[in-house]
Amino acid sequence: MSAMIEVRGVTKRFGDFTAVDRVDLHVAEGEFLTLLGPSGCGKTTLLRMLSGFETPTEGTLVIGGEDVTHLAPYRRNVNQVFQSYALFPHMTVEENIGFGLRMQKVPAEEAARRIAEVIDLVALKGFEQRKPHQLSGGQRQRVALARAIVPRPKVLLLDEPLSALDAKLRQQMQLELKRLQKHLGMTFVFVTHDQEEALTMSDRIAVFNRGRIEQIGSATEIYHKPCTAFVADFIGEANLLDAELVSRNGTTGRIRVEGGLELTLALSQWPQDHSRALVSIRPEKVLVSKSRIEAENVFQATVREELFQGVLDRLHLETGAGTRLTAVVANESAILEAIHAGDQVWCGLHVDDLIVVRPA
Amino acid sequence: MQALAIPDAENLHARRPRLWGWVLLAPLVAWLVAFVVVPMVILFGYSFCTRDDLGRVVFSFTLENYGRVFDPIYLRILGRSIGFAAVTTVLCVAIGYPVAWYIARQPERIRDKLLLLVMIPFWTSFLIRTYAWIAILKNEGLLNGMLQYVGLISAPLPLLYTPAAVLIGLVYAYLPFMILPIYGSAEKLDNALVEAAHDLGAGPMRAFSEVIIPLTWPGITAGMLLVFVPAIGMFAITDLMGGAQVPMIGNVIQNQFFRARNAPFGAALGVVFTLMFVLAYALVHRRASRTR
Repeated sequence: MSAMIEVRGVTKRFGDFTAVDRVDLHVAEGEFLTLLGPSGCGKTTLLRMLSGFETPTEGTLVIGGEDVTHLAPYRRNVNQVFQSYALFPHMTVEENIGFGLRMQKVPAEEAARRIAEVIDLVALKGFEQRKPHQLSGGQRQRVALARAIVPRPKVLLLDEPLSALDAKLRQQMQLELKRLQKHLGMTFVFVTHDQEEALTMSDRIAVFNRGRIEQIGSATEIYHKPCTAFVADFIGEANLLDAELVSRNGTTGRIRVEGGLELTLALSQWPQDHSRALVSIRPEKVLVSKSRIEAENVFQATVREELFQGVLDRLHLETGAGTRLTAVVANESAILEAIHAGDQVWCGLHVDDLIVVRPA
Repeated sequence: MQALAIPDAENLHARRPRLWGWVLLAPLVAWLVAFVVVPMVILFGYSFCTRDDLGRVVFSFTLENYGRVFDPIYLRILGRSIGFAAVTTVLCVAIGYPVAWYIARQPERIRDKLLLLVMIPFWTSFLIRTYAWIAILKNEGLLNGMLQYVGLISAPLPLLYTPAAVLIGLVYAYLPFMILPIYGSAEKLDNALVEAAHDLGAGPMRAFSEVIIPLTWPGITAGMLLVFVPAIGMFAITDLMGGAQVPMIGNVIQNQFFRARNAPFGAALGVVFTLMFVLAYALVHRRASRTR
């Protein structure tokens, strides 16, 4: 696959503030890439540099083989779906969608055909003559989408386009967007702070923090093999524990985590020449039962708190030595075993579920 | 007790806003009646009257005054007034729009300061400001003095008492009335809309004509009305800066009342004139509300 977007050593500073800090990024043609991170992490600034509304302080941007670092937004073959949708209030749905084609001087007949096609695609038939203020939030969102894809850009940039929708509609739009992207085969760069959105839709996710990409990879890679404490904590949940290497035994090592609990982990990921490191354990990887469990790591703990959360039950555990852990178990197993606060339980952890991460 | 209190409270709620509304409106209504409605009625009545040799109004009924209004002399003056007002309006849009746009795009802190600068002239009397312009433009004035000092001209240019001087005065006086309403609609315009236009391939000119102008049009029409209508009737500036060289319809009306002592004819001119304003306003307003 050839690279549709190449970001080479791009930095953007606003006065003393560095919004984007020496970022390198390749996006393949037809890929759905998500820039994920908390607000102010630089993801939107990077998107605005791709659309041309900001110019990099340093570095180069290449889109479709063309250096666009200093190219004006209206000369780029890239379209954006804005967070506020930015529909032109004085134009009808049809005029909004046709705006880009009119600017490209596409012949009227062809433009009419393409507008009709895209209106069909986003299910807005019958709304052509409405003004934006006569539409619901979801419909406006689809007009914004149609308007951005109808000029057939090389790359579609989406700036938190679903954030203004309610939860149900958002889930539905996530699926529609993903289907649309597959159907068009268009390269999508999607910005969001919502990890669930990112995990659902993306081919790859670039996790941003303080202007830098912390990790880039598929949803499962990012989730199961987080590189840093920030990624482990930002995507999903994590028990982050300070650990000290006590002994080595072939491919495994024995560590002591804060509070005193001793656990076995795979040595291959342990940083060389370090006696201390940070270990991440997903709450759902902590096995909990009233009876003894089969696993490489087995220990006993007391349930300090039990929080009912619908499908899941959240347990706050404390081992005899004083190590605190959060576990998440399926609600039915908690009911079957009648696990409640104050109970003494067995806990299990597989070697592969202890992940060494770089501190934030 | 409670059962009694509830309907009482409801009654109060139903009645109070209407009563209070009228109480609060009363000063405005009184002001309008005393200084707009009554004078208009008097003016309308006068316009059908005649005068005696001393210029006193004699109550009678004649349409002669209205006949005279359409005398070519007055039509020519009216035409000139409309022309000057139109040029003033165009110049105010041309100068005021970029200023308003620039101010609206600044960060809020700077925006407030710039707006203050636009409004500062209102703190000084209008007449004093006009005399200041006379001091600048007259033969021994600031501008001629400077040009002569630099050596660009050897003799003073006749600037004051020319049509150009009248235009300068009019544009100067009415510019803030153009800037403020345009600023109002420019400030409300979401910058993402301009970005969206650029994003979809519209260069600066297209974005301006397709998005920025249509969305600030309400401000432009409001400014045009605020400048054009009073500029037609303006007499102080034309008097002071135009001398007697370029009389406008405002000067003619003023002269009928105070020099020619022909109040009935002045009144007829005023009535025709007011009707024209109302008509023009209705037309512009209808167009403006349709584009919205």
